[in-house]
Amino acid sequence: MNVVANRDMYVLLAGVVTLLVLSSLTGMVLARRVAAPSGQAVVANLNARVRAWWVMTAVFVAALATGGIGSVLLFGLTSFLALREFITLTPTHRADHRTLFWAFFVFLPIQYALVAMQWYGLFAIFIPVYAFLLVPVRSVLAGDTEDFLARTAKIQWGLMIAVYCVSYAPALLMLQIPGYVGRNATLLFYLIVVVQLSDVMQYVFGKTLGRHPVAPTVSPNKTVEGTVGGIAAATLVGGSLWWATPFGFWQALAISLLICLAGFAGGLCMSAIKRDRGVKDFGSLIEGHGGVLDRIDSLCFAAPLFFHVVRYWYT
Amino acid sequence: MSSASLAASLLVGLTRLITGVQVRWAGCEPRVCQRLYYANHSSHLDTIVIWSALPSALRNHTAPVAAADYWECSRLRRFLAREVFHAVLINRGAGARDALARISAALSLGNSLIFFPEGTRGNGATVGELKAGLYHIARDHPMIELVPVYLQNLNRILPKGEILPVPLVGNATFGAPLPRVADESREDFLRRARAALVELGDKR
Repeated sequence: MNVVANRDMYVLLAGVVTLLVLSSLTGMVLARRVAAPSGQAVVANLNARVRAWWVMTAVFVAALATGGIGSVLLFGLTSFLALREFITLTPTHRADHRTLFWAFFVFLPIQYALVAMQWYGLFAIFIPVYAFLLVPVRSVLAGDTEDFLARTAKIQWGLMIAVYCVSYAPALLMLQIPGYVGRNATLLFYLIVVVQLSDVMQYVFGKTLGRHPVAPTVSPNKTVEGTVGGIAAATLVGGSLWWATPFGFWQALAISLLICLAGFAGGLCMSAIKRDRGVKDFGSLIEGHGGVLDRIDSLCFAAPLFFHVVRYWYT
Repeated sequence: MSSASLAASLLVGLTRLITGVQVRWAGCEPRVCQRLYYANHSSHLDTIVIWSALPSALRNHTAPVAAADYWECSRLRRFLAREVFHAVLINRGAGARDALARISAALSLGNSLIFFPEGTRGNGATVGELKAGLYHIARDHPMIELVPVYLQNLNRILPKGEILPVPLVGNATFGAPLPRVADESREDFLRRARAALVELGDKR
């Protein structure tokens, strides 16, 4: 898995860097032009987001450049931080302590080891079968039955969302796609670009044109205009990048639409959890964005679908 | 790099990875002056979390007050307590007078201290009654700032009786220094000090 040394990857990267430069310049201009205090707060947040994007892009590209193992480690660390944020918000009991230790230090490392070993058969069922069953067993041994189902379900959910779903992104590297040998890292790059661009464009369209809330009780900041504009824009970009993938143009367009819709659904579901727990963000690790889980909520839903679509139709 | 400073950086990094502790200075700034940081106590991690939360310039001049029976029972703990934290070790069996003398000696060197006035670890849900120690230290050292530090979630990361931590995001909130009131009774002082701590927790 030698990685960056292919032309498509360089072109994608150049596109992303161009976009970042444009965003930084726009941010600088806005910072001078906007005078109203409320507008300044939005611009300051925008610039913080752009700065964080530079850092995230650099880290992601560096991980891809080290070959497969760098990507596995990066997404493993991402899962660790995301699970940490998820469980922090979840009211677990004292009796769950050992179970949680297993989640962080046994299930999570094994899942990513399976990705690194490219053992698809166990990778695909390890958390849905083995961790799913072992979590309640470990908890019941502690003897506390209060809220047992709710506590167990929350830990299982955390493992599925923050570990299992996220691990599908680096798992793309294990697919054997005829005619696309040695270029899987480009496919991973493609997934991240389309999903994150969809988030960014939803934000941009929402801030500029957004009027009508799309889900007022769940996420008051999401608007119909932002959602439709963002998903449409990212889908078009995804389609036009078909040459970097094993897909044809129309296929790339359809797959991009699918992962953008999945990403939107992911953002909505994770917002519902935050709302239920009475918080705005899962954390504060990424300046301007909130926590790690706030940044990857759409990826959690998009990555497994993308993986299985590609695996079913292209391998 | 000496082994002690290497161990210190390693410990700070590990603490931040496991506890992801979010530090908030809500009422005072991290500046160099002699302080007694007093905090609620619910986990063995409390000491190291406050210590890691301080900027390194302050950390090097801040020593935790800790129980000798816990920190002297193994070679690793002894190394950490003596060489890394420069802890002021209190012998719980030797009585209050001996403990106060050790604390006073440390303060007279100009160091800041980390202190847990409840005396023992609580359940994490409520702040227990404060023991008289804080009152005596405050009375004997009228010039030092008494800074309340509220710790949240650390009892979930490493509860009583567990050896292995679970990574969760914890919080350390540094409040405003407790105002000094002349001729205050012991009970009033301790009530006020505890209220300042509880209030920091409620604010969150």
